[in-house]
Amino acid sequence: MLTCKEFLQELTDYLDSTVDAELRVKLERHINECPNCFVILDTTQKTIKVYKGMQAQEIPQEVHVRLMKAVERKMAAGKTAAGKPGL
Amino acid sequence: MPATTEAGVFDESELLAKAREGDVAAFSELVNRYSRKIYRLAKHITQNDTDAEDVLQETFMKSFEHLGDFQGQSKFYTWIVRIAVNESLMKLRKRKSDRTVPLDEPLDTGEDTVVREIAVWDENPEQQYSREELAKILDEAVEGLKPAFRTVFVLRDIEELSTEETAQALGISVPAVKSRLLRARLQLREKLTRFFRRKGDDVFAYL
Repeated sequence: MLTCKEFLQELTDYLDSTVDAELRVKLERHINECPNCFVILDTTQKTIKVYKGMQAQEIPQEVHVRLMKAVERKMAAGKTAAGKPGL
Repeated sequence: MPATTEAGVFDESELLAKAREGDVAAFSELVNRYSRKIYRLAKHITQNDTDAEDVLQETFMKSFEHLGDFQGQSKFYTWIVRIAVNESLMKLRKRKSDRTVPLDEPLDTGEDTVVREIAVWDENPEQQYSREELAKILDEAVEGLKPAFRTVFVLRDIEELSTEETAQALGISVPAVKSRLLRARLQLREKLTRFFRRKGDDVFAYL
């Protein structure tokens, strides 16, 4: 059986489903027999889930206005300095 | 979710083609689609509002400048993320007085994977908090990570880049991404356990 340390080393690959079948079996056997590692796996999964569910908040209005102005200025300058069309 | 403007009906390759011809509306639509995510990414890495705004502007300026070089082999978003990451890292490096760990400092001390606290969480712990409270908890936890871990975590688990894309964006190896990601995830898990543990449980265990 894998040690807890060995299990932890593989945790990220296991969560990202990039371990091979043989290692997966070993890892799952460890989880079934080790309550601590089961909790670590479960709470790490929840950690990732909660971050993935986080939506990007609106940009502050003034930041957005300055961005769009800068973009428009840049594009206006780009047009006058043309001659380098995209590939 | 992309803004539903008139230009929203165009797919990305159409918008890119128009933007290359200097169509302001098309490029603005691309900016609107991704500006929130780029701003969030820049804020997470630089942890500074002014730097994040600079990064945001620079990212779209540079992407417009180099639009001709963008081959369309990767997604437009992945491409601008790379620009944003470079700009953000430059900001970090410029802040000499910042007591953060340099990005290239050896990190593999092994200590970062030590698990100190093991407690069962609620099934949907995030539901106990308001959106604002939750965002604050999550942001502060990420801010507490060393920059090298933080950047990898932000790219992989918040912006959802692949391991390879993250390695490319940061100029580090795939194994380095994996090892930093593991440490970041375990450290965050530990930090969040304080907030999300099932009430009534007081189980501590040590490995």
